[in-house]
Amino acid sequence: MTIVKVNGRDHQVDADPDTPLLYVLRNDLALNAAKFGCGLGQCGSCTVIVDGKAVLSCVTPLLLVEGKQVTTLEGLGTVAAPAPIQRAFMEEQAAQCGYCIAGMMMRAQALLMRNPKPSDAQIRAELEPHLCRCGTHMRILRAVHRAARLMDTADAASDRSVR
Amino acid sequence: MPGQLRIITGIAAIALVAGAAAAFAVAWRPQIAAMAPPRPDTFDPDIVKRGRDLAAIGNCNTCHTVHGDGNYAGGLPVPTPFGTIFSSNITPDAETGIGSWPEEAFVRAMRSGVGRDGRHLYPTFPYDHFTNVSDADDRALYAFLMTRQPVHASPRANQLTFPLNYRPLIAGWKLLYLRSGDVPSDAAKGAEWNRGAYLVEGLAHCGACHTPRNALGAERVNAQFAGGDVDNWHAYALNDTSRAPVRWTADALYAYLRHGWQADHGTARGPMAEVVGNLATVADSDVRAIAVYMADVSGAPAPDRKSPTDAVAPSAAADATQANATGAAIYAAACASCHEGGRALPYGGVNLALSTAIAGPDPRNLLNIVLSGVGAVPGERSPIMPGFAASVDDAQMVALANYLRSKFGKRQLWKDVDKAVRDARAVQAASLAAGDAPADSSQRGKP
Repeated sequence: MTIVKVNGRDHQVDADPDTPLLYVLRNDLALNAAKFGCGLGQCGSCTVIVDGKAVLSCVTPLLLVEGKQVTTLEGLGTVAAPAPIQRAFMEEQAAQCGYCIAGMMMRAQALLMRNPKPSDAQIRAELEPHLCRCGTHMRILRAVHRAARLMDTADAASDRSVR
Repeated sequence: MPGQLRIITGIAAIALVAGAAAAFAVAWRPQIAAMAPPRPDTFDPDIVKRGRDLAAIGNCNTCHTVHGDGNYAGGLPVPTPFGTIFSSNITPDAETGIGSWPEEAFVRAMRSGVGRDGRHLYPTFPYDHFTNVSDADDRALYAFLMTRQPVHASPRANQLTFPLNYRPLIAGWKLLYLRSGDVPSDAAKGAEWNRGAYLVEGLAHCGACHTPRNALGAERVNAQFAGGDVDNWHAYALNDTSRAPVRWTADALYAYLRHGWQADHGTARGPMAEVVGNLATVADSDVRAIAVYMADVSGAPAPDRKSPTDAVAPSAAADATQANATGAAIYAAACASCHEGGRALPYGGVNLALSTAIAGPDPRNLLNIVLSGVGAVPGERSPIMPGFAASVDDAQMVALANYLRSKFGKRQLWKDVDKAVRDARAVQAASLAAGDAPADSSQRGKP
């Protein structure tokens, strides 16, 4: 049994230390926001936040997150009370099929925690590891700017679980 | 006594004046009169095109362009052991670039490192190599640069301590180290080899990174291509001390320089990624010439290296696994899916037993690549690898590096890996803060 800290809670899971974090999140904890895309760390759809930084959960074995705080999209907000990053993506209609969007939001969230007012170039550079085949890139860019404004004005209560 | 004293004083004064005059003669260079920037349509398009290819071989953009800013507008901070030097604006802007430079001023700068105004230029600008560039090639480079978009931008002042900020001292450096006409030539080796020698020792200035430097920052002539430093990377040895597990051949080098990767050696990254990005756009014959010459320079391999026909067996050093369970577990879980996935380069990772980074003299390149990954090149097919800086802590990174070194490099562990990890993280943080995009093909400037 291994203990993994996800969204502020300790979970006991029966998984080998070399199991990818993504499998644990989806199969053991039923947290399905992070997606399996390529399984090789090349598409970004599995991105979650570990200790405040965006990581690719498909190439991050459980043994590397021991004692660290994992945050998934479910930990940011709910349908009833979406986090600023989620509101911004909805208001800009930044998702088409949506498969990449959870990963995009998590890396954008990590960026905004580090840099509350990123430039266009900084957002583009940060999101470079993420693929979107639908082509909503311009809306995603606008959504990240909008999230920055929302976080600036609103209280960021829903972000409390992110450490 | 007063008479003797007067004679001694007189001799001393004459010596001083003579010394000053000699120093002046060595250091002083005349200004070349400014001119109005020539109109782009006064240059022959064929010569401009040739200049464009030459500029790519010379990697002018690597130092003279800051990612995201104007092409060739300069301003890139170049760290040196003596302070930071900011690259100059080489666009044809009349005030801040080289727009007012006549062709003879450009040729003089290439040949002897002197600006139009007569100031000595720091040898960060590799005129110790460019001095070997032919008149015709200098003219083509001039035509290419003078037909770029002028950018009005003054680079920041260099941050050098006294007395290094006193430029006439550079004249002394040149007396010691600036040699022209030392391009090897050998009719018996054929035209390709000789063309390669001209490019490698001249415009391509490969030795600027791959040759170690002495205390005064000059390349050590008796250690040519023995491996050097650039930014926080090691530029591998290219001579017979190369640590590449498989010997480089002319064909392998050609493929590597042309495409940025080669199956027996892996992928170009770090500063070399920009070099191969440029070489991907020039004539086949020139890339082939560089490869033929360099393969010859690299000479016979050290006895412990294999020829490309010997398969490198996947190593199974059980002791490495037992001694370093953490490193082994990280490798198995995070690295092996690509590096032992059975897919060919560039879509799969290189067999790490072939990695020069792991066999290399220090861990910098391995750490840079594991922490930062290999970024995609916009608009081009290119190998990529995710970075692991956010998922491994320092102790885990050290364990992984030691495991890779013993299992795949089969060499003594590196010393001070923990400090190297902190250094690599600091470089990565600075690059992230600057919003550095990976090497950008659009920065290469097409006529």
